Amino acid sequence: MKRRDFVGHVAWTGAGLLYVLGAEGIVRATADAAPSSFGFVQISDSHIGYTGPANGDVHGTLAKTVADINAMPAQPAFVIHTGDVTHLSKATEFDDARAILSTLRAPLITIPGEHDVIGVEGPKRYAAAFARKEAAGRGWSAWDQGGIHFVALINVGEGETMGMLGDEQLSWLANDLSARKPDTPVVVFGHVPLFAAAPEWGWTTSDGSKAIALLRRFKAVTVLNGHIHQVLEHQDGAIRFATARATAFPQAAPGTPGAKPGPLKVAPESLLGVLGYRTVEVAGRAAWQDRTLAEG
Amino acid sequence: MRTALLGAAALLALTAAAPASGPGAVVHIRDDHFIPASITVKAGDKVTFINDDDDAHTATADNASWDSEGLSQGQKWDHAFMKAGKIAYHCTVHPMMHGTIVVTAASHAMSAK
Repeated sequence: MKRRDFVGHVAWTGAGLLYVLGAEGIVRATADAAPSSFGFVQISDSHIGYTGPANGDVHGTLAKTVADINAMPAQPAFVIHTGDVTHLSKATEFDDARAILSTLRAPLITIPGEHDVIGVEGPKRYAAAFARKEAAGRGWSAWDQGGIHFVALINVGEGETMGMLGDEQLSWLANDLSARKPDTPVVVFGHVPLFAAAPEWGWTTSDGSKAIALLRRFKAVTVLNGHIHQVLEHQDGAIRFATARATAFPQAAPGTPGAKPGPLKVAPESLLGVLGYRTVEVAGRAAWQDRTLAEG
Repeated sequence: MRTALLGAAALLALTAAAPASGPGAVVHIRDDHFIPASITVKAGDKVTFINDDDDAHTATADNASWDSEGLSQGQKWDHAFMKAGKIAYHCTVHPMMHGTIVVTAASHAMSAK
């Protein structure tokens, strides 16, 4: 299978079964993924500093996530944290998060969520803790690895702080993508979903359609986000969107009667089953798996 | 659904009718709303913002002139408003949350609407 088929044959697990997705949708189920030659891991929404009833030990669940990833027999090329590392952007929260994430065996990349850039000091603390030397503007970046063009976008900290890319970043993105051929597999990271997952709850990027327009000429695009603390998938032409579970606490599904966004308390024995991370393995095709902490 | 509708109605009633009285006014942050959403105080008065939600919130002036920064559940933040005028504010974590502070000359009485 050619590399450009990457997104056309994405897979993920549910209840231990691996589904392989073709252009027509789910076409077959297999017992396991193909051996991997390249892979990465997405973790998200750790909310270090949160002490409410939805998770009394966010340090512990992030540490368990790190331990599970460190125990993977083939270490990922990188681990990307897609934002809300902290809950209130406090210095001690960044210190605690760094202490846990620095124990990852694989290289760490982070992008901020709105909880990481609160107030005047939040962006400075985030930059001091996690800024990448390779980044441009307010922290966005792109790189090539494993035959894929990766783009890490920042859609917090602009305008009203959440759900906006801004013209400067869109201009940078247009320039970055202009040098890529249409058959280059592209994987885009961001915190807030680029698509309208639930605009009434702030689960969208107001100028995300402009970024999506720039991505349409590519044959295989995957956009991976956090922010909503649950796996939600969306397809728009050749662009596949997927949000990730949190390591801190779940949130209600959009459209749930009487629900609102925010920490959702579940039975303590069920918590690890709704927290998790995502592994993506690329070996001719990609095997995309959402794992819960209960499986670890 | 009926419970949800009743809850929304109660929230709207509270938003509209909550008094702002005493030595300083109080704005509660509850169920992703500022309550009351609009408040009138005298120049020099203090407003206390209290986060009643399990989620994090801020009270941040749209013109960036003041900012509570992050408030967790039960946390309070005070700010004294010295100049007369109308100031819009929002929550940076939940940009759909908006409120207004109207500051009148010191001789005007305090009220909420």
